[in-house]
Amino acid sequence: MTHSVVVIGGGATGTGTARDLAMRGFDVTLVERGNLTEGTTGRTHGHLHSGGRYAVSDQESAVDCMQENRILHRIAGHCIEDTGGLFVQLEGDSDEYFEQKLQGCAECDIPTEVISGEEARRQEPHLTKRVERAIRVPDGAIDPFRLCVANAADAVDHGARVETHAEVVDLVVEDDRVTGVEIERQGPNYLGEGQEGQTEIIEADYVVSATGAWAGQLAAMAGVDLDMAISKGAMVVTNVRQVDTVINRCLPKGGGDTIIPHETTVLLGANDDPVEDPDDYPEEQWEVDMMIDIASEMVPIVSEARMIRAYWGVRPLYDPNPESTKESGDVTRNYFVLDHAERDGIEGFTSIVGGKLTTYREMAESATDHVCDVLGVDATCRTHEEPLPGSSDISVLEDRMDTFGLRSPIARRSKQRLGDRAPEVLITEGPNPTVCECEAVTRAEVQDAVDEVGADPNGIRLRTRASMGNCQGGLCSHRISAEIYPKHDAITARDALDQLYQERWKGQRHTLWGRQLSQAMLNHLLHATTMNHDADPAVGGPGVDYDAFDSGRTDAIAEEIHGD
Amino acid sequence: MAIESEVLVVGGGLAGITSAIAAAREGADVRLVCHKRTSLRQASGLVDGLGYVPARNEPREAAEITQRRKDFRTVRAERGSYTGPLVSPFEGVDELPADHPYSILGPEALREGLALFDELTGDMYRGSHTERNALVPTFGGTVKPTARYPRAVEAGLASDSRPMAVVGFRSLVDFDARMVADTLELADVPFAVTGAEVAFAEAFPDDAKITRFAKALEHDEPIDGTPARQALADAVDPHVGEAERVGFPALLGDDNTAAVRADLGDRLGVDVFEIPMGPPSLLGLRLEDRLYEALDAEGVRFQTGTPVVGYESSDGERIESVVVDHKGREVPYHADRYILATGGFVGKGLDSDRQRVEEPVFGCHVPHPEDRYDWFVDDAFGDHPYARFGVRPDASMQPLDADGKPEFTNLYAAGSVVGGADVAREKSASGVSLSTAVVAGRMAADPTQ
Repeated sequence: MTHSVVVIGGGATGTGTARDLAMRGFDVTLVERGNLTEGTTGRTHGHLHSGGRYAVSDQESAVDCMQENRILHRIAGHCIEDTGGLFVQLEGDSDEYFEQKLQGCAECDIPTEVISGEEARRQEPHLTKRVERAIRVPDGAIDPFRLCVANAADAVDHGARVETHAEVVDLVVEDDRVTGVEIERQGPNYLGEGQEGQTEIIEADYVVSATGAWAGQLAAMAGVDLDMAISKGAMVVTNVRQVDTVINRCLPKGGGDTIIPHETTVLLGANDDPVEDPDDYPEEQWEVDMMIDIASEMVPIVSEARMIRAYWGVRPLYDPNPESTKESGDVTRNYFVLDHAERDGIEGFTSIVGGKLTTYREMAESATDHVCDVLGVDATCRTHEEPLPGSSDISVLEDRMDTFGLRSPIARRSKQRLGDRAPEVLITEGPNPTVCECEAVTRAEVQDAVDEVGADPNGIRLRTRASMGNCQGGLCSHRISAEIYPKHDAITARDALDQLYQERWKGQRHTLWGRQLSQAMLNHLLHATTMNHDADPAVGGPGVDYDAFDSGRTDAIAEEIHGD
Repeated sequence: MAIESEVLVVGGGLAGITSAIAAAREGADVRLVCHKRTSLRQASGLVDGLGYVPARNEPREAAEITQRRKDFRTVRAERGSYTGPLVSPFEGVDELPADHPYSILGPEALREGLALFDELTGDMYRGSHTERNALVPTFGGTVKPTARYPRAVEAGLASDSRPMAVVGFRSLVDFDARMVADTLELADVPFAVTGAEVAFAEAFPDDAKITRFAKALEHDEPIDGTPARQALADAVDPHVGEAERVGFPALLGDDNTAAVRADLGDRLGVDVFEIPMGPPSLLGLRLEDRLYEALDAEGVRFQTGTPVVGYESSDGERIESVVVDHKGREVPYHADRYILATGGFVGKGLDSDRQRVEEPVFGCHVPHPEDRYDWFVDDAFGDHPYARFGVRPDASMQPLDADGKPEFTNLYAAGSVVGGADVAREKSASGVSLSTAVVAGRMAADPTQ
């Protein structure tokens, strides 16, 4: 018989688990409260670890990272940019630690090569002159959006059902056994089915929570006490690519000392500080400053770059020995399959927690192995052998990105954005002007996105990249709003403008100095001065007594114009 | 040969030009240098006095910025109250805080500034017949209060009750005319309004700029064999309906815009008006041309493309000269008195890094919170302190140092480099420029006044 399994969470681990379960013959339903990647996966640094980072302090994680790094090159090469990585030792940095790092890498089977400071600077000319030597490791940049969609798409191809915008509001528990989940739709799913507010109970023989940082909240729905050791990290986005290699500092405590090139930008990050609530934690100035200051020590020119935004993510860490851990940065990056029957006396329910984006597949494999054990299914894992969709022909994956209403901000520019769909999307009746100049997004693409995601400006943004460039929506958010009309009515389109403008502000305010402050002032002048969107009587601004104002000298004009 | 003048104005925007003219009219020998010409191409061409007095926030008490997303409707509902829209700019001046330039200079400076503007622009602008504000529909799809407006927008005023049609071009993305009509209705305008998106000049490339359309109409170029104005009238005619006035995006020609408007009006049998747009703004560019003509006519020598990069002062109290960059060659310009009119953050008259905000030419004191997270608030349209940053002047428009003393004995300031006003939310940008400029110009010409 076929067993039914519900996987909760549409990040890398959840989609990876859904894929593995589906490939092993289970009847799988994946539920995700937002769109795929909406949690931690969409807010990572996009660092494909070699494991070098953990080779001294957390070797178990380091070994996993290197193994999975090799596997991902085989099955997901199309999601990886093979930048290589450097651990740089600057003047004054410990020789002893440098040796420990080398030794640790050797122990964890991580290939290394020591190069001189000069050679490091030949490879990366913007590295500081203070660099003495460096260790080459096989780090890279990985596109979490593509990776996640490729897993979800393959799960669907193996018969899984994927429900996006479906928030689990309760776990159904009968006689100490989880028998299903209750979902409430936050909007239509990626296929356009369902409506906001609808609820549904999905029954299952087994439930896997792959909700990462949210696992504690999920477990509580079954009365299970699960304390996560989640921590936040800030990442700062520049508008230029100043390095082509992942740069790490070779220091024992390395919070925020990684610079990762992604397409035309670099991402600076990330600190590691504990938080309580993954949906509500402070975004702080010192974090932004620290990312820039630490990165500038390695690559001084970074501090002169135009920073366009900052964003935060939460690590889904779990600490099995909280008494012995001193600091958040010391919490292991290992993952844990927590069977709530063994642990808490609740059958039919497991949480998969901890881990890294790099090790998502192994986590999925372990969770699936566990489900097989519990349900007595004999099926072996093949996810390490079977390439993900698109690895031989990228357009296959790009199509699926569209299906799931997702665009990878990272893959956006260098590849043909629309692949095979280009003619279908771009050949339209009437003109096809540019809506977003910073990212060169045309009307046809925006219209295509409106057809797919409706009047959701952030959905349109993620699909098209419109409003994600230097101007941060100042010159285009009203244009996107105008494109939403008339497929949606004027008030909906007008609201979408405010929604987008406020969302863009949220990230931009963290980089409000220099050129980005000038940009913010220009945006303020356009949207408040000229458009009066701050006090707009059309959407609740102060009312207007029209008769009291100057009505012009219409008679005089009429004479002048029609005088001849 | 030494370059000398009695008054040297640094900056070529609205404030720079009008302060130069104000000084020249007092009999001073005036020179103007600037890096770029104005930022008027980014401005709507409307000349605001004061449209609202937005409530100021209490200073944020170590408020946390959190990951939690607030719904935009909540943000909108929690925005501080606004007094306005003000029927007259002068009725709100008393409500402004003490550090606002209008409070420092008094309402007469605004009257004087607007009067100078009226004189310089002649029949190109309207609004001087009354102290009332006018409500102008702009490309944002709603109305905004302003004190002076180009004649080109007059037939579009929202207090005029004649039925209106709004026209958009399918190849322009800045607004959808049908949506503008709907949002004007949502704003309860006292007239019937319809919108239509028409095909015009689609033979142009898809990324043709507004200026390209303007040129075609200016010269009545044939497009696919039909003269541009005829083609436009033909496209719009079926959509006029009951309307007695028809609004177009502001691209109806350049120097000959009045003729373009009249021509279209005759063909359609309605009044024609323009809707102010974002950059590049034709209404702003036309104003820029007019102001430079006026500057020339007043006998002010001016130079563009020559940024001021520093100054010399042996005692730190009196500026002896400024250093002007002529393509890498530094040339001193001597003057008795100087006017700083370099603009705000957009014009680069103010600069900032992660630690501080500065006025880069003379290093004038710019009061601002030490913590840059106190420079803004969470609502994108809220009461941002950064929007009010700038030098702090006295009643003679001399910028003051941290102790409230003039930074230099012979320096005056005008325009967006002056702080204290949130010109965007108040709808007061041009009024602040004009009022500070007339005072700075007069005082620089004759400090004994």
